Amino acid sequence: MFTYRAELHVHTVLSPCAGVEMIPPVIVDAALAKGINLIAITDHNSTANVGSVMEAAKGTGLSVLAGMELQTQEEVHLLCLFDGLEQAGAWQRSVDARMADLLNDEEHIGPQYIVDATGEFIRSEPRMLIANVDLSLEDAVAEVNALGGLVIPAHVERRAYGLLATLGFASPIFEALEISRHTTPASARKQYPQIASFPLIQSGDVHFPEEFLGAMEFEIEAATVAEIRKAIRGTDGRRMRILSLK
Amino acid sequence: MTLQEIIAKLNLTVLTTPRDFSTVTPQGGYASDLLSCVMAGAQPDNVWVTLQAHMNVVAVAALREVAAVIITENAQPEPDVIAKANDQNVTLLSTSAPSYEVVGRLWEMGIR
Repeated sequence: MFTYRAELHVHTVLSPCAGVEMIPPVIVDAALAKGINLIAITDHNSTANVGSVMEAAKGTGLSVLAGMELQTQEEVHLLCLFDGLEQAGAWQRSVDARMADLLNDEEHIGPQYIVDATGEFIRSEPRMLIANVDLSLEDAVAEVNALGGLVIPAHVERRAYGLLATLGFASPIFEALEISRHTTPASARKQYPQIASFPLIQSGDVHFPEEFLGAMEFEIEAATVAEIRKAIRGTDGRRMRILSLK
Repeated sequence: MTLQEIIAKLNLTVLTTPRDFSTVTPQGGYASDLLSCVMAGAQPDNVWVTLQAHMNVVAVAALREVAAVIITENAQPEPDVIAKANDQNVTLLSTSAPSYEVVGRLWEMGIR
């Protein structure tokens, strides 16, 4: 069994709200500097920069999962995690077909850059990525699971785009919930008693290099979604815990 | 009808730095708490009625160039949200009334 220190919610320069310094080499360095050896790249509604971060991480000891922070019909943000680019690509095609017909406004929302492994600009993503995708929570979970992925609702306690503020309850279709850096497991459970029975993960929702939190520790056999799922369920000796960083 | 008159008639609290609201004439309105709906549906110079009070409200209000945001049910934006609104020339107004009532009264006043 291996111990992974993980950050499963990381944005790149593709997310309009992320810093322009969030290019692959900086992300890799910042994660490693925090002792983190497992990250998931989760830009809004897009996986376009995942491959570049994976390439930048090659040979560094940092494992990179392919992810996306999906914005659903209900305006709820879901982390969608996959092992690799093939699954993530299939998921992206499904998302693309249901994306709102809106263009990004760089001035007000921010730029959306697709970059290579060194951080060199390739192109801008013209579509508005911070927009609802025409997929329900249930359909998103079903599709991601069918591709071998894992869905974890993001920052569930936050007013903006959080599952609980938006819907008020957590459906049993979710295997785990993410809380933000702004709370603790105890205070989140106190604020929202309806999440008492759910396993929790905590993430930095990293938009800038200094925001890596590394609050998660996984004891798993490999850096895969299947192993993370086992750790969430606590089966086959796999475990996870939220480190107390205060 | 000017924003000044709307503020007086609905007894709204001005959260952002006051300016000359008698020169602002809202054209119709939009009511939703889902930011994506507002991004797609609100028109420039609308009054936007919502009970959301978080930072993203300011970004969307600036994007759609609404005349003002009326935040209902006493939802209180944090000081950094108000600072951002001032920075972006977004007017934030507040009331204890629920959205339903605010929209009804705006409609009666001819903001349609």
